[in-house]
Amino acid sequence: MAEPKISLKDVEHVARLARLELSEADKERMRRELDSILSYIDKLRALDTEGVEPTAHAIPMTNVMRDDMPRPSLPQEDMLANAPERSGEFFRVPRIIEE
Amino acid sequence: MSAPSTYEAVIGLEVHAQLLTRTKMFCGCSTAFGAAPNTQTCPVCQGMPGTLPVINRRAVEFGIKTALAIGCAPNALNRFARKHYYYPDMPKNYQISQYEEPLAVHGRLDIEVGGAARTVGIERLHLEEDVGKLIHEGALESAQSSNVDFNRAGVPLMEIVSKPDLRSSEEAAAYLKALRAIVIYLGVCDGNMEEGSLRCDANISLRKRGATEFGTKVEIKNMNSFRNVQHALEYEITRQTRALDAGERIVQETRLWDPDKSVTVSMRSKEFAHDYRYFPEPDLTPLGVEATWVDEIRATLPELPAARRRRFIEAYGLSPYEADLLTQSRALADYFEEASEGFPKPKVVANWVLNELLREVPGDDEKALAACRIRPAHLVGLLTLIEDGTISGKIAKDVFEKMYRSGETAQAIVSREGLTQVLDEDILRRAVDQVLREHAKVVEDYKNGKKAARGFLVGQVMKSTQGKGNPAAVNRLLDEKLPKV
Amino acid sequence: MLASLTVHELGARFRRGEATPSQAAQAYLERIDALDPQVRAYLTVTREEALKQAAAADLRFKSATPLGPLDGVPIGLKDVLCTRGIRTTCGSKILETFVPPYDATVVARLREAGAVVLGKLNMDEFAMGSSTENSAYFSTRNPWDLARVPGGSSGGSAAAVSADLAAATLGTDTGGSIRQPAAFCGNVGLKPTYGRVSRYGLIAFASSLDQIGPFGKDVEDAALMLRAIAGHDPLDSTSVDVPVPDYAAELGKGIAGLTLGVPAEYFIEGMDPEVKAATRAAIAALEKLGARTQPVSLPHTEYGLAAYYLIAPAECSSNLARYDGVKYGLRAPKARNIVDMYSKTRAQGFGREVKRRVMLGTYALSAGYYDAYYGKAQRVRTLVRRDFQQAFERVDLIVAPTTPNVAFKMGEKEDPLQMYLNDVFTIPVNLAGLPGLSVPAGFTRTGLPIGLQLIGRPFEEATLLRAAHAYERATEWHKRKPALP
Repeated sequence: MAEPKISLKDVEHVARLARLELSEADKERMRRELDSILSYIDKLRALDTEGVEPTAHAIPMTNVMRDDMPRPSLPQEDMLANAPERSGEFFRVPRIIEE
Repeated sequence: MSAPSTYEAVIGLEVHAQLLTRTKMFCGCSTAFGAAPNTQTCPVCQGMPGTLPVINRRAVEFGIKTALAIGCAPNALNRFARKHYYYPDMPKNYQISQYEEPLAVHGRLDIEVGGAARTVGIERLHLEEDVGKLIHEGALESAQSSNVDFNRAGVPLMEIVSKPDLRSSEEAAAYLKALRAIVIYLGVCDGNMEEGSLRCDANISLRKRGATEFGTKVEIKNMNSFRNVQHALEYEITRQTRALDAGERIVQETRLWDPDKSVTVSMRSKEFAHDYRYFPEPDLTPLGVEATWVDEIRATLPELPAARRRRFIEAYGLSPYEADLLTQSRALADYFEEASEGFPKPKVVANWVLNELLREVPGDDEKALAACRIRPAHLVGLLTLIEDGTISGKIAKDVFEKMYRSGETAQAIVSREGLTQVLDEDILRRAVDQVLREHAKVVEDYKNGKKAARGFLVGQVMKSTQGKGNPAAVNRLLDEKLPKV
Repeated sequence: MLASLTVHELGARFRRGEATPSQAAQAYLERIDALDPQVRAYLTVTREEALKQAAAADLRFKSATPLGPLDGVPIGLKDVLCTRGIRTTCGSKILETFVPPYDATVVARLREAGAVVLGKLNMDEFAMGSSTENSAYFSTRNPWDLARVPGGSSGGSAAAVSADLAAATLGTDTGGSIRQPAAFCGNVGLKPTYGRVSRYGLIAFASSLDQIGPFGKDVEDAALMLRAIAGHDPLDSTSVDVPVPDYAAELGKGIAGLTLGVPAEYFIEGMDPEVKAATRAAIAALEKLGARTQPVSLPHTEYGLAAYYLIAPAECSSNLARYDGVKYGLRAPKARNIVDMYSKTRAQGFGREVKRRVMLGTYALSAGYYDAYYGKAQRVRTLVRRDFQQAFERVDLIVAPTTPNVAFKMGEKEDPLQMYLNDVFTIPVNLAGLPGLSVPAGFTRTGLPIGLQLIGRPFEEATLLRAAHAYERATEWHKRKPALP
């Protein structure tokens, strides 16, 4: 069997970066699935892309900007209406510093 | 602790300046300060699903303008990139910033510390969006929850990163002062460090003198004034020197300056090296900055602080100290020059501007200076009255204050209150004679060697003339008569 | 029966006074009540709103001042498009309660055109999938065989049109999510050129690939819908300022003189032989109508899938970072601190496929992997684009199958990689930013629809529609309807 492309440690690291809590079972399943996908993607390595510019935009354009003209903001209530937790005029979030 | 010359401090500063555009970097919400929480937001700056950013052209102009003022070459092409990290003041959990292709690179800023001139290199200048404001319920360390206000999220920021060319806390403060003066002059930022429209972070490491490799660098944050920058860096130099002397390794970390305790404190964070996962922002186009645009902007550059300061010394014969203070803002420098045009004794004008005007108005507050009731022409009027002897310098100071409050001209106040100086020698002679008669004891004291008694006598003469006696004449007459009594 | 009419037929009835928009809305709503429990196309039906809008349209027709060809026409919107005041879920639990305070630009344009919104349509969660089985709510069924998938991610949009549960719908296409379901459900689905239609208000999956497009019962309907939504939007920096032709007016021009390219790489091992046969038959029909055909080669086709499965997840991992429980949507209860809240919220709110792609994308962008993965994929993307550029120097349109096989059974494709292979013919078109459509091209022996794909040069949707229209007129596949109980 080919060498695994991604380890369990990699999965844990990426899950932390992505702020996704994964159970032990999830982690192993995820590792297997990502491994299989990454193996498929590996065929790209065979392609010589020396000197080829990356495509950042499929339809190339430059210099799209707007004037410094004010547009009305949305009312406070509209912006807070979807808040899972609010404190008066603010969005409320739990403790920021980890133990 | 080892002698100060064992280690060399290597310092770089990262300055963030909030731009004075009317609207945010990527949406049309107002950037005005002081609105009620979450009232200056829209789906875009709050990062609601489905929204897209659109670049504010004026922010780009301000960036190019600043780049030119600090000798940076604007890149022919610059691009925005997403910088990812999770924090509740980040609406999208990525910040739209610039990474591999910033607005401008490689500039320089000249500074002067203790008479020595130095050139500090500037690595890059780029644009990005500001984050929201967190208000912790209590201290950050112990808060069980925090509140988020997104009004500030999306405000345009210009980040200027110096090369690690600074070698002392004084140099760092001087660099920051010079940079601040420039952005204020250009009108791109109001430079208010207390309110956070100009922020400074430092990277500092020590190395043995003569070494070429860099030591481990520590990032210092939360320095919101020149003094704090200087003190924080001084503290860090001491801390790191002690550690190195004791054979300890310097930990690469971020430390916060605590201005109350005057120490830097390590920020407890598990992610000591952020993986920002930068990639080019797909929702925005790259910006091609053409030479014609750069030239248009270059033509709008005002005379910069350093050049103006030099000109003030040479053309007006001012001292470096005076020139420094007078050029702290464009508005103040303009004020001085306009007044000097009407009253061609620059030293006198400088004296009044620096001592009397700055007592009432902060010298770096462009708005306050523009709104000040004493216009340069009014100052000229006052100085002319002193010059031609109509009023004494002492009276003039009172008049100045009255002018500041009422907006009237000096002439109007002097006329109305009858403050015209008494020059008539007959009147003064009679006043002097009277005082000498009434205060024979004091005269006696003076003759017995008590020099201070003379001052008392002068005061009495001035009192009897309601302060309007010409001081020079009063003194002369007193000196004439005293020996004869 | 009103609900079986096309948009243009309905419009004609309205204008002739033979039917009213209220009657049409009522007819569709009744049909939704009767059949949607089996088809399950709708996530949200906005009954009251729809009847109100229809009533307003009635008045306009009464006073002979209709807004245009879409006035009073009942339509459905994929639940990835923000609709003010109407819950928008993206097929995900994490947005189960999200009610946008704004309309997507395309929604605003349809409203301005007088269209009547029947509701929001089911989809694979965050547009990730090819079967609509990834919806967090339920799976939509293929009206032609309720045990089979309608395709995805715009499964609800496609099924609704085939089952006459809407006169026309909007979907989105990032790797084939309009064209593939159109092929599986036997209707017309068009993905415009990247930048043709504004993405403002489209909840982003992969920013450089996403486009909004119409599903229609026939080509003319798709043309009418496209005209209403296309055009530059200052709120979307990637939308292109190119005039919008009157697509419907161009339809009858025929295809004599056009050259069609037939790509060798789109006839692969393992594809359904009936799909192959139908495609060849369609090409023959097009030749009979006056088009010339010639073989073309798109040699990097097989790499397109791999490149897509790096680019799309990378961009999605970034676009989905904002779903964190802070400002909208689901928040996991009883979190110890904010990191815990983020991690639990996203774990609970995202489905398996979304998590997979977020993980894959985060990995591809992470430190040390960017160049090998994302960077490499973007270069391969350039090679795919070049393939098409070169082909279009010799041909006007490319004709190919839309999918390698027809609608499969629910639950049949468990392996993610197997599912991804569905999009092998559609993905390269997104990578290149080109316009593409799927038009009904026959049925299998068991009565399942087969789609023919047409691909054009940037902004040549008119040519695509013209060719599709000519083919449609000659074959009449579109007139067949599924037999629903």
